[in-house]
Amino acid sequence: MAAKSHANPSQATIAVRQPGQDNASRLILVGLGLAAAVAAPFVLYPVFVMKVLCFALFACAFNLLIGFAGLLSFGHAAFFGGAAYITAHAAKVWGLSPEISILLGTAFAGLLGLAVGALAIRRQGIYFAMITLALSQMVFFMALQLKFTGGEDGIQGVPRGHLFGAIDLNDPLAMYYFVLAVFLIGFALIWRTVHSPFGQVLKAIRENEPRAISLGYRTERYKLLAFVLSASLAGLAGGTKSLVFQLASLTDVTWQMSGEVVLMTLLGGMGTLFGPVVGAGIVVTLESYLAGTNLPVPVVIGAIFVVCVLVFRRGIVGELQALMARRRKA
Amino acid sequence: MLKSLLCGTALLAVTAGAAHAQVSNNVVKIGVLNDRSGIYADLAGEGSAIAARMAAEEFGNKVTGAPIEIVVADHQNKADIAANLAREWVDAQNVDVVADVPNSAAALAVQGITKEKKRIFLMSGPGSTDLTGKACSPYGFQWTYDNHSMAAGTARAMVEQGKKNWYIVTADYAFGHSLEDETTKMVKELGGKVAGTVRHPLGTSDFSSFLLQAQASKADVIGLANAGGDTTNAVKQASEFGITQSGQSLAGLLLFISDVNALGLQAAQGLMLTTGFYHDMNDETRAWSKKFMEKNGGKAPTMVQAGVYSAVRHYLKAVEAVGSDDPDKVAAKMRETPVNDMFAKDAKIGPNGRMFHDMYLAQVKTPAESKGAWDYYKIVKTIPAQQAYLDPAQSGCSLVK
Repeated sequence: MAAKSHANPSQATIAVRQPGQDNASRLILVGLGLAAAVAAPFVLYPVFVMKVLCFALFACAFNLLIGFAGLLSFGHAAFFGGAAYITAHAAKVWGLSPEISILLGTAFAGLLGLAVGALAIRRQGIYFAMITLALSQMVFFMALQLKFTGGEDGIQGVPRGHLFGAIDLNDPLAMYYFVLAVFLIGFALIWRTVHSPFGQVLKAIRENEPRAISLGYRTERYKLLAFVLSASLAGLAGGTKSLVFQLASLTDVTWQMSGEVVLMTLLGGMGTLFGPVVGAGIVVTLESYLAGTNLPVPVVIGAIFVVCVLVFRRGIVGELQALMARRRKA
Repeated sequence: MLKSLLCGTALLAVTAGAAHAQVSNNVVKIGVLNDRSGIYADLAGEGSAIAARMAAEEFGNKVTGAPIEIVVADHQNKADIAANLAREWVDAQNVDVVADVPNSAAALAVQGITKEKKRIFLMSGPGSTDLTGKACSPYGFQWTYDNHSMAAGTARAMVEQGKKNWYIVTADYAFGHSLEDETTKMVKELGGKVAGTVRHPLGTSDFSSFLLQAQASKADVIGLANAGGDTTNAVKQASEFGITQSGQSLAGLLLFISDVNALGLQAAQGLMLTTGFYHDMNDETRAWSKKFMEKNGGKAPTMVQAGVYSAVRHYLKAVEAVGSDDPDKVAAKMRETPVNDMFAKDAKIGPNGRMFHDMYLAQVKTPAESKGAWDYYKIVKTIPAQQAYLDPAQSGCSLVK
């Protein structure tokens, strides 16, 4: 090895430097992204950006399951909306502080994820998706019928309260930075998971499950853990959203919400870390800004989805990454 | 207390309003927020925006020297989108009034925001009685109907016609239960009886077993305590069983003229329902509706759309009278002035924000009776405002003293 690099030093330095450059440009990108996120509430409407962040975290959590473990859940709304109800109830009726309420919502979503996941991972492909859909519909009908959820009125007027008993979250900026912090914690956790040995095993399961089993991995345990993690993070997003909007409603537990998160993930780029963030940003922006126009919002979003599936299957970030990889080769 | 408040507002109006008009940002901005692409798009949607524009046109698009601007948005039946839009309207775009907002979860969210930010909220689309009950607001006005007026109104009017034996088919969730309760209470109060009830899950496509039970009960009236797609499915299947032809009455407890249009007269004939407005009632309603239909592609106004017109018009009248768009003064003026237009006659607004106007019991015509497009209803009976709505004292609203 050493002799070889001596023989051709220029090639060796290039080979060494390239990942370094990559890291540097990645660091710059992350830094720019963070700066943009910190500055966003001064340029854009804060509630809107908070909504984007909540859905971005939701989509990232979903992506952890489909993009890295290859499991298509069609019931993630149950975790997202279920946690929203629990958080809203804890903050409004029990009068708990916002961080405890959100943690309760997250814990509920995690437990629900454990129950749903334990059943669903016994089957694969379409059957897995159908089981998650059926169980999430059960959660929907419970949310519709139970007294504490307020039926189709939802839980309204949820107080944002004081973070750690000190910071008043009714101040839009304080709320924004709190949501940003929650998002970054969730995102960092996903990043860490994907780049850990655990994440590698998940990818192995996604690519070839029998082979992963033959290598001695108990794949069902890995899948269950990934499911619970994804459900909890979806719950974290849902709980935070219920404090942002000060309400929890049936919208968050309907199967359409499960579909919407699939759409966000596919549009942004399944299996990429930043794809779901971009996808969530696009869908939420369209929902908000098309609302004031005469275009029917669901039709426009549906058309974009069709174009995405037909023309760029890897999603926006996925296509960009593929483009960059091709350039590097050439 | 009330008197001194009124004197105060009057004094303020005289000192501040008379000399120069005081309108914030020199524009009166009205935001029509409703469903423009989903299930409520037909009964509210663009039609509500047209109705609001018609009200503004009556004032020459100007009030106390300031132009009236109407903006619209689609809340897509999601409470969070409604909340986001309403907040942004108020915070960033200086919207003075939010109007319509069908879907009670969305309306409750907007009610919270308009209460906090002190903006007038003119509700025509939502039916939840909580909006003028425990979630009432000094700035919120519920204009067209509510679930109580639809259910209890229909029940009272039909029992008084001698149809005393009821059977109720209920959508099994809070909304359906509340319609069932209101109806049962009213029927029993007037000496009728409820022979039985049956509950179906939300979004049922097959009503045959429920309808056969109802038919077998030999009740005079089968009440449908559900809404939207559930009601239209039930009505269609009831017509296949020939329920109304065999002498039983079918009563929709929450049904709009757009639903009847979607069903067609063949399926809907004979159906009883309560409505707050019908375009073919008198010369005034006919003249207004004709203008409306020209702008709305020939579709007749629903009561929700007519209610948006009436509410916006009443608001603008109050702004004109006060000479300012200050929400406190305008809300007080709106409450003290009776509503008089093609939609409502001498109607008063209660302390809880409920607008008390007459409702009408209607029967859907048979295809033979109907003379043409949108000739759908026979008005059977007028339900006086005092009977149609809950007494504000019993509404649970904290503004009622």
